[in-house]
Amino acid sequence: MKWIIPVVLLVMVLPAMAMDPVQTGEKLLGVSLETPESRETQAYLGLSAKPAFTMDDIDADVVIVEIFSMYCPHCQREAPMINQFHDLLLTRKTSKPSIKLMGIGAGNSSFEVDYFRKTYKVAFPLFADGDFVVHKALGEVRTPYFIALSREPDRSWKVVLSRPGGIESPEAFLSTILELARGGK
Amino acid sequence: MRFFIVLLLLLAPASGHCLSSAFESSVFDPGHLTPRDSVLKVKVGDPVPDFMLPAISGGQVGPSQFRGKKNLVISFIPAAWTPVCSDQWPGYNIARPLFDAHDAVLFGISVDSRATLYSWTRAMKDLWFPVLSDFWPHGQVAQSFGVLRSDGMAERAIIIVDKRGIIRFLHVSDINVRPELGMIIQALDAITP
Repeated sequence: MKWIIPVVLLVMVLPAMAMDPVQTGEKLLGVSLETPESRETQAYLGLSAKPAFTMDDIDADVVIVEIFSMYCPHCQREAPMINQFHDLLLTRKTSKPSIKLMGIGAGNSSFEVDYFRKTYKVAFPLFADGDFVVHKALGEVRTPYFIALSREPDRSWKVVLSRPGGIESPEAFLSTILELARGGK
Repeated sequence: MRFFIVLLLLLAPASGHCLSSAFESSVFDPGHLTPRDSVLKVKVGDPVPDFMLPAISGGQVGPSQFRGKKNLVISFIPAAWTPVCSDQWPGYNIARPLFDAHDAVLFGISVDSRATLYSWTRAMKDLWFPVLSDFWPHGQVAQSFGVLRSDGMAERAIIIVDKRGIIRFLHVSDINVRPELGMIIQALDAITP
């Protein structure tokens, strides 16, 4: 299944209780997802062919996660702009910091995520979170919701952006991400 | 710091919902409801109950108008402006090609008034399918299928009727859980030559 990956190997939050949305400055450790079958997706994320991967396995300096849903009118409307943003990432003149984009379909099955991907011609990896596991772990956010993670010197991932809603423009969003990833330097 | 432990096991499926920003603060969260609160009065193989209901676009709409022409998918939802429902029909809106491919039309039905449904569905932008109000006599059509709950809301139900007017698929969801689109399409696959 190209670019569509169900969330099978799951995560447990300690303590296991409902939480507020993930906040800027927090660190995320140990999130695990099933490795996508697609070699193209594996290559994009820099993954090896083992059954599951964690954020640590992703070959990137910054990972942007969009929490979306096939059923979300705003996500539907925003999809073309997010695609433009992905295109912008792919055509950047500089490769540093390397930035990867992925989507998690909250409450969406593989079928639904795949349908969204085909309908809007999404070229970046999308994961199905049919049981809301990742969604709950991230604080049961509304859709669309963007989280940007920047790799720290100790190889952990720090949340540098956590916000609801869409993006203003691909260029503005990229500029924001770069500024946050560099710590405002 | 938020810690996650990696588990190499499948957890039990969780229920939940995820509300779109499109509805902002307009949505009322009724909390977790009793999953089912009705007894079906129809079964696969039965003729679909005949009905005509007012559509928010005007006029009366019912299954007989599509007999011999279209397969019919009936989507009952409990109430407008509630979390799961507000994130259900917008998905069907973009899935029109899938319904068209199965020569199917969709009815969206709730027990809300036409005015309420009009306002609610405007927040979803234009819906391609008829949205029907089973408001008065209250929930009479839902009752005829056996999907009217004791609190006056409808169940979250999908009913598929073939071109001969025969019910070919019935699914009453846990009211707190949106039915999966793939299940609907699979059921349409089964009745489409």
